[in-house]
Amino acid sequence: MEWLTPLVAPFIVLNAIIGIVTYVTLLERKFAARMQSRVGPYRVGPHGLLQPIADAIKLMMKEDVVPTAVDRPVYNLAPIVFLVPCMLIFATIPFAPGLGVADLNIGILFFLAVSAMEIVGLFMAGWGSNNKYALLSAMRAVNQVISYDLPFIFSALVPVLLAGSLRLSDIAAAQAGLWFVFYPVVGQLAFIAFIVSTVAAENRAPFDILEAESELVAGFRVEYSGMKFAIIQLAEYAHVVGASFLGALLFLGAWAGPGPEWLGPGWFLLKAMFVFLLVTWVRWSFVRIRVDQILALSWKVLLPATLVLLIAAAIVVVWRGTPGV
Amino acid sequence: MIPLGHYLFVSAVLFAIGTAGVFLRRNLITILLSIEIMLNAVNLTFVAFGRQLGGFDGQIIVFFVMTVAAAEAAVGLAIVIALYRHRESLNPDAFTALKW
Amino acid sequence: MPETIAFYVFSAIAIGASALVIGQRNPMHSVLLLIASFGALAGLYIQLDAPFVAVAQIIIYAGAIMVLFLFVVMLLNAPQEDAAEWDRTHPLRQGVLARFGSLLALLLVVELVWALLGTSDVDRPVGEQAGAAGSVRALGKVLFTEYVFPFEATSVLILVAMVGAVVLARRESDES
Repeated sequence: MEWLTPLVAPFIVLNAIIGIVTYVTLLERKFAARMQSRVGPYRVGPHGLLQPIADAIKLMMKEDVVPTAVDRPVYNLAPIVFLVPCMLIFATIPFAPGLGVADLNIGILFFLAVSAMEIVGLFMAGWGSNNKYALLSAMRAVNQVISYDLPFIFSALVPVLLAGSLRLSDIAAAQAGLWFVFYPVVGQLAFIAFIVSTVAAENRAPFDILEAESELVAGFRVEYSGMKFAIIQLAEYAHVVGASFLGALLFLGAWAGPGPEWLGPGWFLLKAMFVFLLVTWVRWSFVRIRVDQILALSWKVLLPATLVLLIAAAIVVVWRGTPGV
Repeated sequence: MIPLGHYLFVSAVLFAIGTAGVFLRRNLITILLSIEIMLNAVNLTFVAFGRQLGGFDGQIIVFFVMTVAAAEAAVGLAIVIALYRHRESLNPDAFTALKW
Repeated sequence: MPETIAFYVFSAIAIGASALVIGQRNPMHSVLLLIASFGALAGLYIQLDAPFVAVAQIIIYAGAIMVLFLFVVMLLNAPQEDAAEWDRTHPLRQGVLARFGSLLALLLVVELVWALLGTSDVDRPVGEQAGAAGSVRALGKVLFTEYVFPFEATSVLILVAMVGAVVLARRESDES
């Protein structure tokens, strides 16, 4: 039975993630609706609970339209190339002590590396579509993602420094006493930087210039329909959920919480959803900003700020005497 | 376990492909890509030997190669952009003049 | 056994994709194929117990350098239609040069084979000495003590490259 584990664990995690991601769309729609004094989806099932399933069925039944002028191999591969990294990021996340697919000793680096690959799929979609809006969107995406990768990595490295390990379960265990977000000044600022760069890395408003509906229709996915469109949507939401899990793990103490130990994954999910709602809250609160403002915010504010934070975290570690656990 | 020679063979083939690309292709972008292939072939050799000898030196050299590759790509692509502005071409034969 | 299969799969992807990089004319496809090749190489690095190098490979090469290439290819919208013309006027097509080129190619192959045959321990499996090669902490210690001077030198190199790239790619507005 031992050899089954490497096959079964990813299967379970993948399906759980797809389930969570499907329902996260409903959560976001409900949340957004409340923010705008609406009710949100209500018709399908009790309180609209079956809405995501109806959406999924609708997308699967739709015709797959492929424009004639597309770069076929690139166009067809793009959704897959986009989806794979977004799913792989869950591989290293431990959902409870010892409960995860692979608790690598470079867990967080794996996460950062794999999520950096997402841009390739996005770019392929934008280029392969052979559409000027999609191309402009891909161009903006490259600008934005390269700019925000660095603050994202640096803010995620602050907890690494405080915990003294790259292994995600060690980082979670190091927060048993005090969650990193409660570290005076350093913790809060790093958390804010993390949230801002997450919002930007996920291309969500106010940083959604690459899918700005009023200028670029829907950006890089304008030529996609049916199942391919569904895969791109799924990948995007999976990435947001993955980043939320990472945020909850790095700053909010992962599975730590009152109650018996088996409640751990529940607390983790709850915290991840809190981070997700934080990101969603930002999304529905601010208006879209210009390209130059986005780049200026990254290079002139976030990058120096996160570098200073890293140095501050290093000073904290030295002053505390022990490198974490 | 894979014998060391297998890694070296893969690396040699990659290096040969890179060299062939530099000499055979007439597109500045592809030539730069071929140089990247060659650098990566060398990296693979370094890591394989480093693993064989059981130290960190091989891996550390790879970091330096990567930084040099990044610097090379940045400057090389900047030159390509500047050249393209002048000649509207990516053919290296279009740039035979030393000065314009 | 799975290790052996993984090795051959990764090697095949790396070699096949690299061969296609120089084997077809669309520069955009070349860059994308090279990303696939580098991903496979990262897999090989993991097999060699160098996870940090593998991750750096993906972040730096696939995530940054190759995206830079993609961006430039898109920016220039590189012409591919006259590629056939370029190939026809290739200097290596002329008689003397073609022969000289083949000779050089043969020399390269001979040299590589000679180097492979001359290496000792070619048949010994890699990683028989169980070292702590995978430990990122130990790697960092070596990098920041023994190799601290080269490390600082590369940071200067990066700075120079950055300034150089900005100066070179800048549009000379007062001139045109």
